[in-house]
Order: sequence, then C-alpha cells, then structure tokens
Amino acid sequence: MTAIPLRPPRRLVDLTLDGEPVRAPEGSTLLDACRAAGKDVPTLCQGDTLTPKNACRVCVVEVEGARTLAPACSRRVEQGMEVRTDTERARHSRKVVLELLASSTDLSTTPRAAEWIEEYGAEPDRFGADAARVAEEPKVDNDLYVRDYDKCILCYKCVDACGEQWQNTFAIAVAGRGFDARISTEHDAPLTDSACVYCGNCIEVCPTGALSFKTEFDMREAGTWDETAQTETTTVCAYCGVGCNLTLHVQDNEIVKVTSPHDNPVTHGNLCIKGRFGYQHVQNHAQNRD
Amino acid sequence: MDLRFGDSKPTDEERTAVDALLGPPGSAWEGADDRTDADLRWARGGREARERRDLLLPGLHALNDRVGWISEGGLDYLCRRLTVPPAEGYGVATFYAMFAVKPRPATVVHVCTDLACAARGSAEVCAQLERAVGPAGSAGSGAVWQPSPCLGLCERAPAALAIRAGETPQTAVVAPATAGAVADAASAPHEAAAEPPAVAAVPQTGAEGLVLLRRVGVVDPGSLDDYRAHGGYAALRRAFALGPAGVIREVTEAGLVGRGGAAFPTGRKWSATAQQPDHPHYLVCNADESEPGTFKDRVLMEGDPYALIEAMTVAGYATGAHRGYLYLRGEYPRALHRLRTAIDRARARGLLGEDVMGQGFAFDIEIRRGAGAYICGEETAIFNSIEGRRGEPRSKPPFPVEKGLFGKPTAVNNVETLVNVLPILIDGAQAYARTGTDTSTGTKLFCVSGTVARPGVYELPFGATLRELLELAGPPETLRAVLLGGAAGGFVRPDELDVPLTFEGTRAAGTTLGSGVVLVLDESVELPRVLLRIAEFFRDESCGQCVPCRVGTVRQEEALHRLKDRTGAAAAGDIALLREVGRAMRDASICGLGQTAWNAVESAIDRLGAFK
Repeated sequence: MTAIPLRPPRRLVDLTLDGEPVRAPEGSTLLDACRAAGKDVPTLCQGDTLTPKNACRVCVVEVEGARTLAPACSRRVEQGMEVRTDTERARHSRKVVLELLASSTDLSTTPRAAEWIEEYGAEPDRFGADAARVAEEPKVDNDLYVRDYDKCILCYKCVDACGEQWQNTFAIAVAGRGFDARISTEHDAPLTDSACVYCGNCIEVCPTGALSFKTEFDMREAGTWDETAQTETTTVCAYCGVGCNLTLHVQDNEIVKVTSPHDNPVTHGNLCIKGRFGYQHVQNHAQNRD
Repeated sequence: MDLRFGDSKPTDEERTAVDALLGPPGSAWEGADDRTDADLRWARGGREARERRDLLLPGLHALNDRVGWISEGGLDYLCRRLTVPPAEGYGVATFYAMFAVKPRPATVVHVCTDLACAARGSAEVCAQLERAVGPAGSAGSGAVWQPSPCLGLCERAPAALAIRAGETPQTAVVAPATAGAVADAASAPHEAAAEPPAVAAVPQTGAEGLVLLRRVGVVDPGSLDDYRAHGGYAALRRAFALGPAGVIREVTEAGLVGRGGAAFPTGRKWSATAQQPDHPHYLVCNADESEPGTFKDRVLMEGDPYALIEAMTVAGYATGAHRGYLYLRGEYPRALHRLRTAIDRARARGLLGEDVMGQGFAFDIEIRRGAGAYICGEETAIFNSIEGRRGEPRSKPPFPVEKGLFGKPTAVNNVETLVNVLPILIDGAQAYARTGTDTSTGTKLFCVSGTVARPGVYELPFGATLRELLELAGPPETLRAVLLGGAAGGFVRPDELDVPLTFEGTRAAGTTLGSGVVLVLDESVELPRVLLRIAEFFRDESCGQCVPCRVGTVRQEEALHRLKDRTGAAAAGDIALLREVGRAMRDASICGLGQTAWNAVESAIDRLGAFK
C-alpha cells in the first residue's frame, strides 16, 4: 500500500461562483473551485502535475472588481470573491483565444479543441487565407519521439517538465520572441546533440500532440492510428526497484505508446527512458526475428 | 543540475570578454584550458553555482560588445561559467533585439523608424541608405543597418545609433540623421560629431518654475562638487534626519504618484515594501524608457545624473533596501557613461557604500543594461531580465512589494518618480503639493515631438492644458491630432486641446497621460501608416508568453495592412475584427503590453474617424 502523506487541515474560504455560494480550501485555485462545483472551464496550458503558467488564457473568468479577466488556473480563491465563469465577456475572450490559436497552429490532435471551437462559436477562418501561421515542419531527429511544432501552442509545459519542475535536464527552453518564439534546444540543435535524456516526460504533459511517440506519429502519417481500437493497461515497470506505473496503450496487440498515471504519489506521471520507450523487447515476436 | 555542454569552443576574444566580467575560470570544469590534479577534487554546485545567474545578461553584453554577436562557443563558455543550461542561455540571448546569434559585422547601425522619426523623415533616410549601402540587414563593408524602434532621441528626429563592437566598444548617435551622416558614423563611429549637450533637449532652460529640470544645463553632469553646490545631497541629509518612516510620510503626504504610466501612489508602494518581514529588500529603478516618443528620463540621466543616484539612495533608505538596481535601456550610451561616472564618484566620497554619509546605512547601486526589449520596462519583466531570465512578465499577485526581484520585497520606480522625491524632502510635502491639482500634485515632464517648432522635454505643473503645452512648443499651422501617452496611449483631436494634463483629466477625456508622450501630427500625416507602425511595434515587442498578445498583435497588424487603402463600408469588416481582437487582448492578456496594444488604434478609429 502506498502511504499518502496527510496535509494539515486547510481553512475553507467562502466565495460565489455564478451567484452560487461555494466553499473552497484556502490556497486552491478558482479552477479547482469550478471543477468541484461541476463547472467545465476549458484549459490548455494548465497541467495537473505542473505549476500553472497561465499562458494560454483560455480559462479566463470574470472576478468582480477586477479590471481584467483572471486566469482560473492560477488565481487563488479569496474570501468573499464573486466569480462569474460564463459571462459574455469571458466567453468572448475564450472565443477569440481559440480563434487566434486555431488560425495559427494545427489543433487537429488537441483533445476537446474542436468541441470548444463549436461551443464558443469560434471562426478561425475569419482572419483570412493570408493569416500568418506558425508553419513548422515536424522535427524527426531521433527514433523515439517527434516534435511537430506546427501543433505547438507554446504552453511552456514541456519546458517546465524538462526543467526545474520535474526532470532537471533543461534540454529545451523558449527561444525567440513574440510570434517567432519557439520551443528550442540551444542553437536549435537536433535532440541528439542536446541534453535530452529521452525520458519523454514532455510528451506526457503536451496538451496538443505536438510531442508524440514516433510510433504514434508514423501511424498517424500512415492513417492507421485508431484510438477507439486501443486498450490501456496499467502495470508496473519491471526495469528497476522503484516500481513506476506504466500505462501501455495497445493497438492490434502491439504497444503503441506508454503513459503513466498522473495521480501516482511517487512519480506523478514521470518515467525514465527505459519505462517510457523500452518496451520493444516484449513484442519482438519469433516471426519478426531474422 | 547536471548540465550538458556542446563541443564548440570560445575564441580567445570571447574568453577574454567573459573573463573580464567574471574573473578567470576556477577550474577546467568551468572551461579553463588545462586540467590539473586539483580539478579532480573540485566541486561547485547548488546555490553557490546558481546564484550568479543574474550575470547572464551582463555576460551576453560582454560577448556582444566584444565581437558584435554571440557564437555557440561564446554562449557555451558563458553558460558553463554561470552554471546555466545552454538551452536557457540561448532562449535569453534570442529574446533581446540587440543581440544576434548569427554572425554579423562588428558595426550595427540602428535607424529609428518609429512614430516621431517617421513624422520627421526617417523613411527618406532608410530609402537613401538602401540605395547607398544596401537593404536593411545585409552586411556590407563591415557594417549592417537595421530599422529600430524608438531610440529616445525624438527631439532630434530622425535618429540613428551606431554601435561598433571591439576591445573598446564605440557608439555614435546621429541625430538629426541623414543617409550620409549615418554611413559616415557606420564607417568611423569614433569620428562622429559630438552630441549636443542634454540641455539642448530642454527648450525651457532658464525659465521660472522648473523643478525637475532645474539643474539640467546648469550643473556639470560629471562633477559631484558642482551637484552639491547646486543643492545636491540636501535631500538625503534631510531623509536621514526624518528617518525611513518620516520619508515615507512626506512622500505619501506630498501625493506623489508613479510617473511611468500607472500612476500608483509611491508612498503606499514604499510603505508596503518597508513593512515586509522578508529580507533583503531591493530597490529597482526602471530606466528602461522605451515607450515610443519618450525621452524625458534620458535627459534627466544625462543632464543631472547625481540627482537620480541621490534619489535612489533616499528610496533605498526609506524601503529598507541596501541594494539598488538601475535598469537602463541598452540604447542610451551617454546616460550609461554619465551614471557610471556618477556612481563611482559618489562611492568614492562615501555617498554610496557601506556607510552612506557616515549614517550607518549601507546602500549601493548596480547598473544593468537592457538589450532591446520594450517589455522589460514592465515592472515584473524587469525582475526576470535582471535575474538572467527571459524578460517575460510574471502574473500578479504576488505583487512586487511582496515577491519581486529574486523573490524578495521590491520597490520598483521610474526615473522621473524617483527624482520627484528630492524636492519633496527639501521643500516639504505641503509645499510640493501646492503645485498641480488636488489629485495630481507636483510637476510633470512631457516629451513633445513630431511636427512642432521646438520639440523637447517640457516641465509644467499638473493641470496645465495641452493647448498651453503646444503653445510653448510651437504647434503646426494645421494640426491633425496629438498622440498622448505613446503607442499604448490615445489620440486627441484639435478641438480637444483644453484637456487638462493630469492623470484624472486625461482619463476623463478618454485618453491617458501615460509616460508623458505628446506626439504632434500635422495635416500631412498618413494616419493609416502611423497606426500600422504602432501595430508593428507591438507585434515586434510582444514577449510571446500569452496567446491574446502573441497572436492578437499579429492579427491586428494584418488587419491594418488590409485597411491601409480602405474606407467606409469596405473597412467595416476589418474594423469589427479589430474591435473583437482588441477587446480580448485588453481583457485577457497577462500584462499591460497586450492590454494596451489596441488603445491607440481604437482611439484613432473612434475619435479621429480613421478609415471612415
């Protein structure tokens, strides 16, 4: 059994969400409070295992008395706060943010993007055919994973996971400025010349599919990727004694990618290169050998 | 952390430049040439190694100043010395417009194409340069020229700044610029004609009632004795007599509010910082004056540098800070030189250092140069920039008074705000508050540029009208509009010139005082072109962190491109688009840049009837 550390009890804070009184633990975010109240606020750059960066601004809500909208993912609850999650003003900003993202990047593999675009009535095409796009080619520079920055919304999650929040490898950072900003290694060198240790923890947190297993990338290219035909089996990694959980995604009896449960109190979804990518030996069937 | 470095090696020049800043490497692990036995027992890690991260920006400057660009080997060596991951070092180097990570000639000429210079013929200078030297960005004969955002030389528009890297880096300001003079400065910056003194930018010199500008042109900016002979250091003496709480009381009672644009009460900021239990406290002087059309801080720093040093010392004393950072924009070589001299001399005389004026108060000032990023004037981006990170704004709360520079309580003030503290202490809060209006006390500096007879910095009591200011500066015969507050400000029509120049007065009139920009445009102006330039500025200067600003500023510029030659019904669709994007930028951006990026365009459409 895993020991779950007990935290000291936290005071409850009273606030109102869309006119309804709610109570939320001190220090929690507006997003936590919204989710506890069953409200669906869209998020992209927010990650359950990372400190909010509040860069995407798709989760903005209206806080009474504030000049601007507040990002629900990072604004902490305060006593007496009056928050409205679904006003015309908040919906307008979410709509425009979705339009700006969808008109500049490829959101085709972003979970729920299409649903939100419809829900908020966003029309990414309204900026015209000449609207500038990120326009990046996929970077296929190693056998394990692909970086397709045409799908990148610059949420900083991979940078945070690679750097000080999890892996402490610091292989990537944001380079450039403004619309030209990109996730990059030093001097945009290929990953094989960088500090990357191929733990794949960046793939684990990527919200758009810009980072993906080479297997997934190739299968999508070939048109054989089919999530409805996949099973997910969570098991224990056999490489060392830590006992990390692996979730094996299997299609047609082949492991096609490996994730890890985010609620694991030890690893929080993080793995090493062996757990993440070292699965081929279990499916080197006799007929495949020379 | 376990850092991985590449194989590229620094050149001797790069190594010397970095070592001049950081000292020789302590070990082969830090990039020393030969490995010795001692290296096998050498370790530096943890906090001690990471603590020097804030030297990354000075280090990048050292490399850029020496060779003109930042090579892989040079960056790698710097990162190794400072225990900075190379990917992050690259991210920081590519954030700043004055740095390049690709080879370029040692001499780079920045030709201002911003609002004030455009109103004074910068397009013609660029066209001539293109014919004589080649297109922007193309290297020829040891120099390259590039268009630049506002250089803060608007009173002498059009302006250019030549920077030559080398053992002793050279700079030359060419203003007013002609293509010939720019080409000469590019080939021999050291032989360029000397700049006129700072006082040339103050048409009111000698007039009654000058407070902040009273010493500009009167004192020798290099002489501490002259400064003291003109009332210098009387305010600090008075501050020591009052005690920190007394200083804050005076500043609060005087009603001083921030002059950087936000108009936050300075006394409240200081008192909130002083009360924080966490230590140490820091003071940051925001001298990253980059709002297009603003040059008042430059004139103060060039003409009366000791006043800023004294004011920072007072602010440090009041807020309990023993270290002040003066973040100066990278495009101000003369201000840098004068302030360096002033700090050295003040330190030599015991006016900075361990025991200021023998009062047992320790305070020192360090200058940090910006490197071409408007966003670094944002009050939290400036912390990230000083700390050696990308100059991206932080989200608030927490506010700087609580967690600012290095995560510690910090008071951050604009140059003009700080200099106001001196007359408050010398004459007392009541006397100070007698000038101006009830809610905007004291005097204000205005940067008048564009098509006026006498452009320059003007000092007027709050409450004077725009008309009075324009009369002083010599307005054009046919006035089209005045841009108040810079690119983040708003336009005023010729029939609105009686707007009182106060924070509340301009707000009531639907515009802003901002940083004091008064850009005058006559009938000859092509408004769509001005708006396009503003949109380009924000697109270039957006840090890229949040979506509304990163992509919104691009969409705004694209719409204004389409609108360039359209009016009426043909323009309606794009104007509606601009409004929608503008509203989202204002509501949902992280910082003031995105929140104000649509202000000027909106006011041009609504108040001036642009595209009608």
